[in-house]
Amino acid sequence: MNTKTMAVNIIGAGLAGLSAARAFAQEGVGVRLISFQPSERAQSNLAEGGINAALDVMGEQDTVQEHFLDTMKGGCDLADPNMVWNLTQAAVGLVKDMDRLGVPFHREQGQIIQRNFGGQKKKRTAYAKSSTGKMLMAALIDAVRRYEAAGLVERYPHHRFERLIVKNGKVAGAVIYDRFRKEKISLSGAVLMACGGMNGLFAGETTGTTANAADAQAALFAQGIEFSNLEFLQYHPTTVAITGKRLLISEAARGEGGRLFYYEEGATDRKKVYFLEEKYGERGNLMPRDVISREMTMLGKQVYLDLTGLSRETWAVRLSDLREEILHYLGVDPARESVPVSPGIHYFMGGILVDEQHRTNLPGLYAAGECACAYHGANRLGGNSLLGAIFGGRKTALSMMTDGCCAEEDEENSEEAHFAEGSSEADQCGEEDWAEDNCEEENQVRGTITQILMEGMAPLRDQKTIEAALKKLDALTEASRASGRLKHTLLLARAFLLSALERRESRGAHTRLDYPKTDAALKKNTIVCCADGQIRLSYREIPVLRAQAEDG
Amino acid sequence: MKKILHILRRKNAEAKPYWEDFTYETTDEGATVATALASTPVVWEHSCLQRRCGACAMVINKTPALACNTRLSEISTDVIQLEPLRKFPVIEDLLVDRSVMMQNLRRLSVWLEEEARTGSEGMAFEAARCLQCGLCLEVCPNFAAGGAFAGMAAMAPMSRLIARLSEGERKRIARAYQKGVYSGCGKSLACRDICPAQLPIEELLVRSNAACVWKRWKTAGSFTSVGD
Repeated sequence: MNTKTMAVNIIGAGLAGLSAARAFAQEGVGVRLISFQPSERAQSNLAEGGINAALDVMGEQDTVQEHFLDTMKGGCDLADPNMVWNLTQAAVGLVKDMDRLGVPFHREQGQIIQRNFGGQKKKRTAYAKSSTGKMLMAALIDAVRRYEAAGLVERYPHHRFERLIVKNGKVAGAVIYDRFRKEKISLSGAVLMACGGMNGLFAGETTGTTANAADAQAALFAQGIEFSNLEFLQYHPTTVAITGKRLLISEAARGEGGRLFYYEEGATDRKKVYFLEEKYGERGNLMPRDVISREMTMLGKQVYLDLTGLSRETWAVRLSDLREEILHYLGVDPARESVPVSPGIHYFMGGILVDEQHRTNLPGLYAAGECACAYHGANRLGGNSLLGAIFGGRKTALSMMTDGCCAEEDEENSEEAHFAEGSSEADQCGEEDWAEDNCEEENQVRGTITQILMEGMAPLRDQKTIEAALKKLDALTEASRASGRLKHTLLLARAFLLSALERRESRGAHTRLDYPKTDAALKKNTIVCCADGQIRLSYREIPVLRAQAEDG
Repeated sequence: MKKILHILRRKNAEAKPYWEDFTYETTDEGATVATALASTPVVWEHSCLQRRCGACAMVINKTPALACNTRLSEISTDVIQLEPLRKFPVIEDLLVDRSVMMQNLRRLSVWLEEEARTGSEGMAFEAARCLQCGLCLEVCPNFAAGGAFAGMAAMAPMSRLIARLSEGERKRIARAYQKGVYSGCGKSLACRDICPAQLPIEELLVRSNAACVWKRWKTAGSFTSVGD
């Protein structure tokens, strides 16, 4: 095993990882940027509709305060208000920063134009057609390349995170695996996780990438890192099952005037019922995602997305890429025909628990982007994920520098230790854990985990369905006698189900048919943690909003 | 539909390559080469499965393409031959090392040092859609890894900069562009036809040449691609 020393290890080179690397490099701090594949393959490239910031360019008197309130309300008051305040406060500056990097935001007469998005009353979402994530990534990849050339960012672009190295109760480094050379590398220094969502637990059922396998999260969970709010899983209302995954039809389609309807049964002329407009009024199609997905699931009928009313100009200038994609994958021209859609897994509101400074429960370990449970509470608003990733990455880098994580250490032949007792046996991943070959047995177990979670974490849940899923998962765990990565994955899957079982209320993306009401007493974060192979679940109060001027 | 995947495999760069066949059967008309590969133990690179990330570039029936962008139903043969890209070192099976593309972009200093100017959003948008998949390099008669010519995989990111850079950066980028793209390009335009993102390569090339070689920087502004 090679041993290398440097200050900071960033795991993940999507938007959050790049944003963090850039912030470090701007301060002259050298970092390693570690990712399984190059940045061009990251899920951030798939983000479509836009990025939120109260630029107030649409003549609607938009304010940062309203962006803050909409985000808190959209998240059903489960997000830390101080974090959301910081996020929304910084948004305007960050979008302008991205603009200076050459992101081709849609403009008219030289002015950035913003579009409507769900859960927000004002036009607050800056965009580049339906490819905003790709455009932001291209700009940030270039910006970070400059620091690579200067030697401040060292890329490890075909490397997988294996586990943390913990010494004296704090992070001393990370073990990574070089997929090309087929060897493990032990790196010293603090660790920033920016490894995205946990798609691998729902393989083939999300709108995201296959590369976000959730192995990194599973390893951290087994090592005793606290996770939060796993029960809040975002089902995006407008997705379509295509081979191997769910195809996302951007919320921008509704932001630009798209409408959801179903056909009334029995009617001879197949009457269209625009059920969201009937229930919620004019802005029904732009209710937050949790609301619309719940309505669609409760309805139990095929719902269609009607984009036939969009103008030629809208298709040409704002959504040409979306139209092409729908045509290619579904063989339907959305300008002429409605598209059948259904809710699909799109985002994880829950994840690694972080505080306002993006610290985890283990000193020296930080998290940002989708892998962190940070800004979105019980339901994320569209347009806030790109913002959360860019802001979170940057904020974390600044915290780590303040915390003094960046001092170069002499770690020659450092002795390795493990954070969680009892997990050490599972941590000794054998080489077979890293073989590229798909082991048929492991694939089968993983497929079964997905099936079980799809039942237990369905958009509508109750005690029976969750307990049934838990029972199946226990049987699978017993039967598979899994070790290493797979064992960690089973543990993390269990944490999802336990979190859903224990929250006896309906809030945001978590709908319990047996507890349909929101319980004010449960305005708390669910915390799950693994110790001695056992999962412990607790609740933590949401911090109170401080005087707002305190934090810039 | 039943297909036989005839795959050129090898354990590592030094190992002797060998052919192995896998049968894949499906009724799904949307199934792609990527879907079929996912059922095998073969090593390959994948991520988005919807032609937006460029990971799964390989040679399919002698033609370089993205596995996720090649539907089984559109392949007329029963046997589908899969090989790794040839312009890049093979790591294992269909997995290749494309890091020369990152190295070239660093060598040509593809970044902005000053604030971007506004305007030319259309050209910047089209250029930034580049997947860095490497298919353009695979078919290019002029590209060889390690050579001075960096191909269209460098032209596209450079044309994003050319669209947006301020006057102060013109010289630096023009010099890099001439060295890394213009002087090596034989204008075969094989890249234009192979690009899975269907970038308007010819137009990007014409505008970038005009700016960097003929000093006509304003032509970037008049870029008109589909949808703009």
